[in-house]
Amino acid sequence: MEHEAHNPALLHHFADAQQQKNAASLGMWLFLVTEIMFFGGMFCAYLVYRLAHFNAFAAASQQLSIAMGAFNTAVLIISSVTVVLAVKAAELGKRKVLVGYLAVTVLLGMTFLVVKGFEYREKFERHHVPGPTFKFTDTFDDNGKQIPVNPREAELFFSLYFVMTGMHALHMIIGCGLFSVLAVLAWKGHYSPGYFTPIENAGLYWHLVDIIWIYLFPLLYLISRHS
Amino acid sequence: MAEHEEHTSHSQGFYIAIGIGLLIGTATTVGAAFVNLGPFNPVVALLIATIKATVVVLFFMHVKGASEKLTGAIVVSGFFFLAILLSLSLADYLTRSWR
Repeated sequence: MEHEAHNPALLHHFADAQQQKNAASLGMWLFLVTEIMFFGGMFCAYLVYRLAHFNAFAAASQQLSIAMGAFNTAVLIISSVTVVLAVKAAELGKRKVLVGYLAVTVLLGMTFLVVKGFEYREKFERHHVPGPTFKFTDTFDDNGKQIPVNPREAELFFSLYFVMTGMHALHMIIGCGLFSVLAVLAWKGHYSPGYFTPIENAGLYWHLVDIIWIYLFPLLYLISRHS
Repeated sequence: MAEHEEHTSHSQGFYIAIGIGLLIGTATTVGAAFVNLGPFNPVVALLIATIKATVVVLFFMHVKGASEKLTGAIVVSGFFFLAILLSLSLADYLTRSWR
């Protein structure tokens, strides 16, 4: 077999670069499927408990800030656009544009986390964090009639809120770390139009984290405003 | 090799247009939350979320036009198993009112 000057990133057990890329993408998707199931379990728990304790969940959900949630949704969508533009820049071999988009993505991810931090602070201030100091005095509004809710049931909502948004935030932190490393490697010229699989796969991960938030936002913040 | 290498990516303007579409979807879902639709508030919110997620999967994650068809099968199977998890669990909890 003649040895032409080939892509140095191409491993020898792959026929060509496209096959190697497809294999990496497939493996990434298998990982993302496990992530979907991981978050799916929490979504399922949320739905079951919301059905069981509807009044308390609605009253607790109405305490969340729609403005901050909507702002964070917009930040994540814009960051998904910068990720996809980073992948595009990598494909075209524009090194500085690629580093720029990766840096903007990390900044947007950190913006999301800072806003989330302010939301969490508000929960601590209002004693909405599950635990011995938890307090909940708000009522469920049933067409103008105020029905008191069981604080234990509202606490369950906030437990699920913290676990779900906390797990999502952990994924955001990991994503910011990933893109920071990739930005440094891209700056050093590790990627070329012939090899940018890590950028693509980190992008897939980031989009999935975005999709999870696209569902978390309406489920936690929006769907219990009227009932 | 180069002739059958597929370029699944779109133009920069296309991605920005998709992003603006997703932002409009977010504004719509926030607006819909303030309108009293009775039992249809969650339905509308989840429908908009599903449309947004589908757009992200197809165009940002390049499942539409992927050269490897197996990727599509993996994605669909992932959501299929999620649907089993949710539908069978809810089929149980939603039918316990006789207790």
